[in-house]
Amino acid sequence: MKHLLSTGDLSLSNAIRILDTAEEMSAVGEREVKKLPALRGRTVVNLFFEDSTRTRISFEAAAKRLSADVINFAAKGSSVSKGESLKDTAQTLSAMGADAVVIRHWASGAPHRLAATDWIDAAIINAGDGTHEHPTQALLDAFTMRRHWARLAGTDSQGTDLKGMRVAIAGDVLHSRVARSNVWLLRTLGAEVTLVAPPTLLPVGVDKWPCSVSYDLDQTLANGVDSVMMLRVQGERMNASFFPSTREYSRRWGFDNNRLRALDDLGMTDTIIMHPGPMNRGLEISAAAADSPRSTVLAQVRNGVSVRMAALYLLLSGDTREPAATRAPANAAAPSTKESN
Amino acid sequence: MTSVTNAPVPARVVLSQADIDRALTRIAHEILEANKGSRDLVLLGIPRRGYPLAVRLAEKIAAADTTVDAAAIVGQLDVTMFRDDLSHQGTRPPYPTRLPRTGIDNKVVVLIDDVLYSGRTIRAALDALVDLGRPRIVRLAVLIDRGHRELPIRADHVGKNLPTSSAEKVRVRLAETDTSDAGAPVNEVVIEGGA
Repeated sequence: MKHLLSTGDLSLSNAIRILDTAEEMSAVGEREVKKLPALRGRTVVNLFFEDSTRTRISFEAAAKRLSADVINFAAKGSSVSKGESLKDTAQTLSAMGADAVVIRHWASGAPHRLAATDWIDAAIINAGDGTHEHPTQALLDAFTMRRHWARLAGTDSQGTDLKGMRVAIAGDVLHSRVARSNVWLLRTLGAEVTLVAPPTLLPVGVDKWPCSVSYDLDQTLANGVDSVMMLRVQGERMNASFFPSTREYSRRWGFDNNRLRALDDLGMTDTIIMHPGPMNRGLEISAAAADSPRSTVLAQVRNGVSVRMAALYLLLSGDTREPAATRAPANAAAPSTKESN
Repeated sequence: MTSVTNAPVPARVVLSQADIDRALTRIAHEILEANKGSRDLVLLGIPRRGYPLAVRLAEKIAAADTTVDAAAIVGQLDVTMFRDDLSHQGTRPPYPTRLPRTGIDNKVVVLIDDVLYSGRTIRAALDALVDLGRPRIVRLAVLIDRGHRELPIRADHVGKNLPTSSAEKVRVRLAETDTSDAGAPVNEVVIEGGA
């Protein structure tokens, strides 16, 4: 692997390798000395063209735990606000000797652009591009689910996948890069994904994705589900009315107290509730659901550091002098065909 | 480097299963002798093949000293992240580090590895130990010492000193980690290649 741009081109073996490595990284967080010397002398640039708290801090913590030097770059207050292009910014970073660039950009495809051009010779990690992909979020979600799934099976999570797990991803799928990355990755790992959203918040062409689609959250819950992932309603990306009112949205597609009770009534004691954050409490998830023992919101944040450490380690620790031609044997397990289940 | 013959040199078995077992029995007693008993003893195996050796040694120590619980004194110490050749070699995924429940503070830690060669793995292991605690004493036990040290490091307990050329490969095969070509469990040390 040279870059981490998308979960669509991540093979099963590479995905499991990242998750297994993250498992070892998480042990470091419990030590007295929470630091490894693996990336000493490497420079990681956090290039954030869009606001973010947890992803940026998570990447910063991950890089620092691996002893890398971290440069934080926020578009606000930089030359970008004077009109500097992505190319010039990248070339500036390249001249400063960045070994890895963690990029979040409002334009879908910006990380691919950096990776495909010769503007900068560094490992590119996509930390969210527009409404396209957010691979490390999907990896940390998968990591959280895998631990849960392995615990239910009574096994060690090392080396396992998510075969047979039923995952519902509900909410604003249209604007969600988290949903896209999760669909590809969870499919690769063998989980069955159902997207639940109002028809207005589903993207065109969703019928070609390797997942099933539902408009009814209650029905999806009643059919049985092992993990419910609620997506944030992305008000800042909404330039039209996608649903009549927040109350109606919350009643039909939000995870409210009634649905929390319904999980107990249906006897699904082991179903977890996930949310990538930041949460709109009372809109897509009720406070009681977010704070219930089923909620993995904080575990997801904690696991985010481990997963990002694993990604940085696997991308940066290899031979620095190797030619860029050795791309990972990807695409093999990339789900491209439609499967209706 | 000397010229390498074209014909493949057959692998030569230098330690059989019985030899390995005898060497480990002796090392187990040496460890007890050097420590004047089993007090505060912790055995940390370095992945991959140091760990099964550590487990075997712990069992032998427990057999010699009935107050010892073999499972409680043995652990695994991964050194991948502390290596000095990380940026030159291909990426290697780390193995788990598992310490005995008692920790390693003020303990007598015996590091255990299969082959001692350049000494760089042991240097990495010493760095890894510092991040985990402060042992009272650190000792080193290896099954094979093949020479060619690149660092001022020596082993306290050696199964067999094996003079080798650096063109040769020393392979330790253990039943816990390896199988023969036919799929049967193996316990042997072989030398491959070289002149």
